[in-house]
Amino acid sequence: MRSIRNGLLFISPWIAGFAAFTIYPLAASFYYSLCDYSVLKPPVFVGGANYHELLTDPVLWKSLYNTMYFAVFFLPLATLLAIVLALLLNTGVRGMTIYRTIFFLPSLTPLVALGILWMWMLNGEYGVVNYVLNMVLNPLGLQAPIWLQSTAWSKPAIILMSLWGVGHAVVIYLAGLQDIPKQLYEAADLDGARWFSKVRHITIPLLSPAIFFNVVMGLISALQVFALPYVLTDGTGGPARSTTFYTMYLYNSAFRYLRMGYACAMAWILFLIILALTLLVYRMSRKRVHYGG
Amino acid sequence: MLAALICLSGCNIIIPQPRDEYVDGRLRITYWEKWTGFEGEAIQRVVDRFNGKQDRIYVNLVTMSQIDRKALVAIAGGDPPDLVGLWSAGLSQFAEKRALMPLEPFMEKAGMRREAFTEVFLEQNTYRGTLYGLPTTPASTALHWNKRLFREAGLDPERPPRTLAELDEMAGKLTKYDENGHLVQVGFTPSEPGWWHWSWGYWFGGELWDGENVTFDTPENLAAWKWIQSYPQKYGAEELRRFQSGIAGQFATPQNPFFSERVAMIVQGVWMANFIQTYAPGLEWGAAPFPSAVPGLEHVAMVECDSICIPAGARHPDEAFEFIQYLCSQEGLELLNMGHKKFTPLKEVSPEFLANHPNPYIEVFITLADSPNAFYAPLMSMWYEYNDEITPAFDMVMFGTTGPEAAVSMVQERVSDMWVRARASIERRERAEAEAAR
Repeated sequence: MRSIRNGLLFISPWIAGFAAFTIYPLAASFYYSLCDYSVLKPPVFVGGANYHELLTDPVLWKSLYNTMYFAVFFLPLATLLAIVLALLLNTGVRGMTIYRTIFFLPSLTPLVALGILWMWMLNGEYGVVNYVLNMVLNPLGLQAPIWLQSTAWSKPAIILMSLWGVGHAVVIYLAGLQDIPKQLYEAADLDGARWFSKVRHITIPLLSPAIFFNVVMGLISALQVFALPYVLTDGTGGPARSTTFYTMYLYNSAFRYLRMGYACAMAWILFLIILALTLLVYRMSRKRVHYGG
Repeated sequence: MLAALICLSGCNIIIPQPRDEYVDGRLRITYWEKWTGFEGEAIQRVVDRFNGKQDRIYVNLVTMSQIDRKALVAIAGGDPPDLVGLWSAGLSQFAEKRALMPLEPFMEKAGMRREAFTEVFLEQNTYRGTLYGLPTTPASTALHWNKRLFREAGLDPERPPRTLAELDEMAGKLTKYDENGHLVQVGFTPSEPGWWHWSWGYWFGGELWDGENVTFDTPENLAAWKWIQSYPQKYGAEELRRFQSGIAGQFATPQNPFFSERVAMIVQGVWMANFIQTYAPGLEWGAAPFPSAVPGLEHVAMVECDSICIPAGARHPDEAFEFIQYLCSQEGLELLNMGHKKFTPLKEVSPEFLANHPNPYIEVFITLADSPNAFYAPLMSMWYEYNDEITPAFDMVMFGTTGPEAAVSMVQERVSDMWVRARASIERRERAEAEAAR
C-alpha cells in the first residue's frame, strides 16, 4: 500500500499535467459537444442536438467520404512505397547514407512549402508534371488531368503529394530490417532461396511489428489529413468540396463558423471512428504480426 | 491537484493580471492590424503621427495574419488588444457574439458625426441597429478592361461594355483558341478572380437576404446563375476548366491572367491599380462600372471595407477611441488611404487627395461606392456558412455537372435550414442571457 502511495506521489507532477492538459480538455470537449458554444459566449446546453445534426449534415458525409477515400488509397500505397524504399536503402550500396538522407529530406519539408511547391508542379497548364505526362499522353490522343482543379483528380493529387512524406516510415522500416538476424538469410541461401522468397518468408514476417506500428500510425494520421489540402485550397476544400476533409470541416466549423460545440461533436465522432478502425487493425493483426526474440 | 491549480490561477499566481504599461510616461495601447508591405507602412505612418502628437497615449501597432481568428481567441481568453482591424464581412459574426464594443456612445462623447461618413460603409459596420466598427480603408469593385486586347479584337479601346449583353458579345470577340482548339485567351469568365461567386445576382437586381429571410432562389438570382452557366456552355466546361487550372491561385504574381493578358475583362477592386503597377507596369487598362443585366439598373458595385473596432474586454477603450477619432479624421483617413491607394470613407475629400491620387480611375470607384445600387455581403452572423454553400454550387455549374435551377434551389434549401438553426441559436443565447441577468 505504501509503495503504491509513494509511487503515485513520485509521478504526481505527470498526473497533474495529464489531468490539466489532457483529461480536462477531453472532458470539456465532450461537455461542449452537448452545447451550443461559440467560444465568445458561455456554452448553452442543448443535449444531443449537435450529434443529431451531424447525422443529417451532407457536408459531414461528404467530408467523411473524402477522408475515407484518402485513407483507403494512401495507406496501402504509403506502406508499399515505404517498404520498397526501405528494402532498396538496405542493400549496402556505396554512399547509402546519402541516399537515405535524400529520401528522408522531403518529410522534413514544412507542409505549407510542400503544398505551394506541388501546386506549381501540378498546375494543369504549365506544371512540370503535366509537361512530362503530356509528352507521353498527347501522342495517344490523351490529355493529362488538371489535378487540383478537377473534382475527379484533386484527391489523387493530394495522395500523390502526401506520399512524399513517407520518409519517417522508411526510417522505422530500416531500423526493423537491421534487426532481422543475418543467419536466417544465410540459412535460406543454403536452402537455395531466391530474393523474392527471402523477402516473402523472412523479411516481411519479421518486419511485421514495424509494419503494424506504421499502419496504425498512418491510419490515424490519414484520417486526420488537414494541412496540405487546407493550404492548397485556402481552406475552401474546392473544387466543389472534393477536397473537404473531415478535420478541415471540423476546423472551419470551430474557427470560421464559430460553432465550437458542433466541432467538438465532430471531434468525438472522429475519435470513435479512429478507435474502431484501430481496434479492427489490432484484431486483424493478431495472427499476422510476429514478434521475434 | 486540479482544484489546487484552479485555486492558484484564481489567486492570480499562475496567470497574473496584465499590468498597464507606459512608454515615456504615456499609456501604451495595443492595436492589431492585418496589413503588411506598403499597406502596413501606411498605417504605421498614421500611428506615428498620432503618437507624435500625444503626451498621454502611445499606440503600439502589431501586424497580424489571420487576424480574425487570433482576435477571436484573444477576446474569448479575456486578453484582447485595445484595437483590432477586422474585415467588414466578418464583423456581423463578431457583433452577434457581442465580441465588440458598440461605438455610438464613444462617438457621441467625442462629438463625431455619423453623417461625415459615406453611408454604405457605416451600414456594413452595423449589426442589428448597433454600430460596431468604423470604416478605415474602403473599396468598391469595377470592370477592369485591357485596352490593348480591345484594339487587337477590333473594339474601341476607350469604350467599355454598357450592358451585360454587350459584355458577353465583346467577350466572344476577345476569346481566342490555339490550333488544337485550346483556349489561350478569354474575354471574360465569371469564375475570375473567384472571390465573389455570391455577388452575380446583384447585377440582375437580386439580393441574397432581405433582412429576415434567405432569398437565394429569386427569379433575379436564377437569371444570374443561368448567365453564369452560359459561359461553360459557350466556351466548353472542360476547356474553361483547363484554362482556369493554368491561372488558379496567381493573383499577386505576374502570371495573374489579367496582367499576362490572358483574360481581357475582369471584376476587381480599387486595389487592382497597385498590383498592376507592381506586376504589369506597361499594361493599358481602364476601369468602369461593371454593366448590369437590367435596363436602368446602373452603377451596381460590390463594396467592402476594413473596419477598426474595440474588442469587448479591451482594457483601455477610451484611449483606443481617441486613436480611432484621429484615424477616422479627414487627415488620418487621407494619409492612410493615400498610402493604400484607395479612396476615403468620408464624404468630404480634400482636392489635393484627388489631384495627387495614383489611381487614374479613383473617381469611378468613389462614384460606385456612393451609388444607391452599391451592395455588400449580407449582414448575417452566419454569412461565412452561406458563402461556403455558394462556392461549391458555383463550381458545379461551371463544371456543367449541375444546372442553375438545381444549384440555386440547393443553396436556398441548405442555407434556409442553417438560418433556422442560427436564429434558434441566437434566441437561445438571448434567453440564457436574460435569465442570467435576472
